[in-house]
Amino acid sequence: MTEKKLAELKNTAFNVRQHIIRMSTDGGCFIGASLSCADLIVYLYKEFLNVNLDNLDNPNRDYLFLSKGHDVPALYGTFAEIGFIEKDRLKNHLKTNDFIYWHPNRNIPGIEFYSGSLGHLLSIAIGVAIDCKLRGQTNKIVVILGDGELDEGTIWEGALVANAYNLDNLICVVDRNHFQANIETEKLIPLESIEDKFKAFGWGTSSCNGHDFESMEKAFKHFPLKENKPSIIIADTKRGKGLPSIEARADRWFVNFKPEEIDMLLEELKGGAEADLTSETIVAR
Amino acid sequence: MTYEDILLELIEKDERFVVLTAENRAAIRNLPNKVKGRFIDTGITEQTLIGVSAGLALRGRIPVCHALATFLTMRAFEFIRTDVGISGLPVKIVGGFSGFLSDGNGPTHQAIEDVSIMRGIPNVNVFCPADEEDMLICLRTVLEDPRPFYIRYNNYKNIYSHNHNFEVGKAEVVSKGKDATIITYGLMFGESYKSMNLLKEKGYDTGLINLRTVKPIDESAILDAVKNSKLIVTVEDHFKTGGIYSILSEILLNHKITTDVLSISLDNKWYKPALLNDVMEYEGFTAPKITEKIISKLKS
Repeated sequence: MTEKKLAELKNTAFNVRQHIIRMSTDGGCFIGASLSCADLIVYLYKEFLNVNLDNLDNPNRDYLFLSKGHDVPALYGTFAEIGFIEKDRLKNHLKTNDFIYWHPNRNIPGIEFYSGSLGHLLSIAIGVAIDCKLRGQTNKIVVILGDGELDEGTIWEGALVANAYNLDNLICVVDRNHFQANIETEKLIPLESIEDKFKAFGWGTSSCNGHDFESMEKAFKHFPLKENKPSIIIADTKRGKGLPSIEARADRWFVNFKPEEIDMLLEELKGGAEADLTSETIVAR
Repeated sequence: MTYEDILLELIEKDERFVVLTAENRAAIRNLPNKVKGRFIDTGITEQTLIGVSAGLALRGRIPVCHALATFLTMRAFEFIRTDVGISGLPVKIVGGFSGFLSDGNGPTHQAIEDVSIMRGIPNVNVFCPADEEDMLICLRTVLEDPRPFYIRYNNYKNIYSHNHNFEVGKAEVVSKGKDATIITYGLMFGESYKSMNLLKEKGYDTGLINLRTVKPIDESAILDAVKNSKLIVTVEDHFKTGGIYSILSEILLNHKITTDVLSISLDNKWYKPALLNDVMEYEGFTAPKITEKIISKLKS
C-alpha cells in the first residue's frame, strides 16, 4: 500500500470517527462498537468493494451487510465521507424527519437491508450470494458480524448452509473487539478459537488487525480464502478505538454524552488529553 | 393440475420464481430435478430458510418457501416479522400440515395459532384455501401478488366445486341464510359445507362463507351476513384467540354492532392426537357435531 493511499484511508477513518463521536450525544449511540469497526468499514468501501454512488442500484455491485446493526454510526459516517449521503444529514440522527437511528434502515442510500436483531444478515447474504451465482455474476458479498453475535444459533445454521452451497462469493468479517454488550466475550460464552470453528465448518479463514490497513489488505487480497468455499476474516479490534478514555471498557458500550464531553472527545481523538467523562453508560438497550 | 404443476409452470414462464424448503418436500417432491438451481433446500433451518428467501427477494426473486407450518411460523417467527414484514418483500411462506392436518403428530406439531401470529405482522397477508381445488384456483394470484403471504397449504380433496373467480380480500359466499351463517377458512370448510346442507334439510336457512384470504379480510361479506342472519357461526381448526372469531369481534367492535355468535374452535387447548377423522370426531368438529351445536344455539 502506498504512503499516499495509507494517509488517505487514515484521514477518512479519522473523519468517520469524528462523525461517530458527534452522533453520541443528544440521545447517544453505540459508540464502542462503532469505533471498533470504523477502520474496517472504511477499508471495505474504499479498497475492497465495488460499490459507489453510480452503481448503488446495479445488481452487479458488491454488497455489504452490516449484521451487527448497532454500529451503524460507523457506516453512516463512512457514507457521508464517500458521498452516499450529505454530511449534514448526520445531524438528523434520532430525528423523526429522517431514517437515521440506532440501527440501519434501508431507506438510506447504501444500506442493503434492515438489521439490529442479531444473527439475521448472514442468511439474507446467503440468499443474495445464491442468486448472484444463479445469474452467473461475480459480485462479492460481505457480511460484518459482531463477535458477541456469534452466540446466535442462526450464525451456525448459516455456516452450514453457506458451506453446503459452496458460496465462494461470500465473505464474513468478524469485528473481534472482545466484548459483547456488557461483558468480555471470553468471560461469558468463550468463542475461541473462532477460526478453528469455521474451519471445521468448511470455510476458508484468516485474520488481520482491524485497525491496520496494510494488515487488512494482506488478508482480503487472498479472497476467496479457500477454493469453492465461503471465507471469514477475524479482524482483531478494540472497542472504543481512537479514544483512550473509553477504549476496551465494558461500561462504554452505549453512551449519551453531554455536549461539552463531545468537544473533549473530539480533542482527544486528535491526540489531546483524555476526556474527563461523567456521563453514565446505558447498559441495557 | 397439481400444486407442483402450477409452481413448475410459474418457474418456467417467470424467472422470478424460486422454490425453497427447510427439508420438507411433501408438497414439492418432484420439483428438485425439474428446476435445478431454482430449488433450494437449506436443511432443517427454518430461520435461515426465511432469511435466504428474503435475500433472494431482495434480488428481485419471488421465493416460495416450504416447511411445517408450526416450525415455519413459530421457530422462524422473528425472521418473518423482521426480514419479510418490515421489508414487505414478496416472500411466499407455505406452511404444511396446519390445523387438524397434523393429526397424529401431537401438540409439538400443531399449528393452531399460525393464522393469529401471521396476520399480526404488518404487510404479511394470509391465504387459507378450503381444499386442494380452492388452493389451485387462487394460487397463481397469491403467488404473483407483490406482497408477502402466508399460505396455509391444504391438499384435502374438495367436496364442493368452488367459484373460479378469485380476488385477494374477497370471500367465496357459498350461500346466504337468514337463520345462521357459518364463516370458515381452510380445512374446516368441508365439514361446514356438509353442516350447512344438514341444517338446510332440517329447515334452517343457512349461509356459508369461505374466507379464502383471512388477511386482507372481506369485511363487507361478513357485515352482510351479520345484518341478515340471526346467528353467526365461526368454525376454525385454530385457537379461539386470534383467528376468525377474533377477527369478527374486531369488525363488530369497529362498527359498534353486536350479534349472536357461536365459536367452534380450540379454546385454550391443544387437540387430541389421532387420525384426522377421529380428531374431528373427538374434538366436535364433524358436520353432525357442528350442526348439533348450531341448532342448540339457535334454540337457546
